[in-house]
Amino acid sequence: MQLLTRKTIFLFLFSFFTILSSIAYCNTLTENKDSLTINHGDSLKSNVKEEFNPGVMIMEHIGDNHEWHIITIGDTHVSIPLPVILYDNGTINIFSSSNFHHGSTSYKGYKIETTGENNGKIVKVKTDGYTTDNNASKPLDFSITKNVLSLFISFFIICWLFISIANSYKKRKGHAPKGIQSLLEPIILFIRDDIAIPSIGTKRYERFMPFLLTLFFFIFINNLMGLIPFFPGGANLTGNIAVTMVLALITFFITNITANKSYWKHIINTPGVPWWLKFPLPLMPIVEIMSLFTKPFVLMIRLFANITAGHIITLGFISLVFIFGNMNVYLGYGISIISVLFSVFMGLLELLVAFLQAYVFTLLSALYFGMAIVEEHEPAHKK
Amino acid sequence: MELVTPNIGLVFWMTLAFGILLFILGKFAWKPIMKMIKERENTIEEALQTAEKTKLEMANLQLSNEKLLKEAKEEREALLREARKIKDGIVLEAKHKATDEANKIIESARLSIQNDKMAAITELKNQIASLSIEIAEKILNAELADKDKQNLLINKFLDEVKLN
Repeated sequence: MQLLTRKTIFLFLFSFFTILSSIAYCNTLTENKDSLTINHGDSLKSNVKEEFNPGVMIMEHIGDNHEWHIITIGDTHVSIPLPVILYDNGTINIFSSSNFHHGSTSYKGYKIETTGENNGKIVKVKTDGYTTDNNASKPLDFSITKNVLSLFISFFIICWLFISIANSYKKRKGHAPKGIQSLLEPIILFIRDDIAIPSIGTKRYERFMPFLLTLFFFIFINNLMGLIPFFPGGANLTGNIAVTMVLALITFFITNITANKSYWKHIINTPGVPWWLKFPLPLMPIVEIMSLFTKPFVLMIRLFANITAGHIITLGFISLVFIFGNMNVYLGYGISIISVLFSVFMGLLELLVAFLQAYVFTLLSALYFGMAIVEEHEPAHKK
Repeated sequence: MELVTPNIGLVFWMTLAFGILLFILGKFAWKPIMKMIKERENTIEEALQTAEKTKLEMANLQLSNEKLLKEAKEEREALLREARKIKDGIVLEAKHKATDEANKIIESARLSIQNDKMAAITELKNQIASLSIEIAEKILNAELADKDKQNLLINKFLDEVKLN
């Protein structure tokens, strides 16, 4: 009986919020249309009234940016201007991205490209102030972009979270965990008991624990922050190939630096393989050496693709509202209910994916470490 | 294409931030956390072992208690048995003694009765003798009062004595 009531309340609230948010979406739709028209009226772009383009919208959301757009009210953009740091032929230029006026003007001979293959990147302009100088070398962009700022925010969140937990461990020495400590301890133990120990072995797993824990929580927390649709979340950090590349490279370097003799022997002269696979054409060694690089490459692609795909699908569902709203406002209202329902479903799925991808990345890293340091005549997966 | 091209700036910041994060967490978070978790696990392990040991000790204690109890019981039993034996002995002895005493008393009683009896018999004899003598005297007196009778008697006696 009580369950039934709770269910009813939940359903009611759910449908209420669904309808509410759908109305909100439709409102932003009209606002967006207006603002787009007004904003681009005097911009570098054409004066043509812009139709809603879901592809551009989605790419803007999952890509990086030199400012952090928070909200648009009427025709005013509320966004955080971020510092631009450019390294150009030995000189360093630092200035605020607000000087670009949302990409509409150039500053100090630089502008944000709005078309072509360099879309969104900072390029040099010719002396006239707005035409792209295609002959000049591109400056190296070390700007604090949206993703970099998001990285810093998550850096501080993770530091604060785990140092405070470490303190509560010190304070409550030998006692049962409490509060946020008890929320995260099962995950820490999970990483230790179900990832590190089975993959690396009881003897040597401790060396890798700091990296595995940092890796897991970095990916997990950034995945979750990517699911928050507004500041300070919303950046697609773990869905950015640069970030996943750095993580995969660290795994690659740790694997190969800690690797022992037996590991290299397996790569160069794989035992238990017929000799003609190694001589005269060293097929096996080639395959093995390739696998050295494909392993981290796959790690990089997997995380990037999973998180980006999740964002794209969710944004795609939201875009449906605007697409149908462009045809007919009432159709937009109708579709918004379905869209939001699907988005909620995707959001829940993304929560799972956020954990799963962090788990998979950590597990595979641990497995690679385990393979690299396993002794000869010793089973790799020792429980 | 832009999506799969790593941005040099982000690679740089990411490497820097992740490196520092790894260092800070490794030093200030993971090290104490893992240490504490391990310590706590050890404490729990020890506590469990102690509990197990205590349980065993308790069982042993109980066993020894039972043994002690059994021993005590046996001892009590033995004591009781001995006491009973002693008691029986005492009773038996007392009985013997009493019988002896009684026998002695009876014996002495019988002796005194015998003595009394003998005394009485002796007295009776004496009295009978004196009585018979008196009677004989009286009879003789009466018998010898008449002359004929005296002769008769003398003759009788003479007959009896004849040829002896």
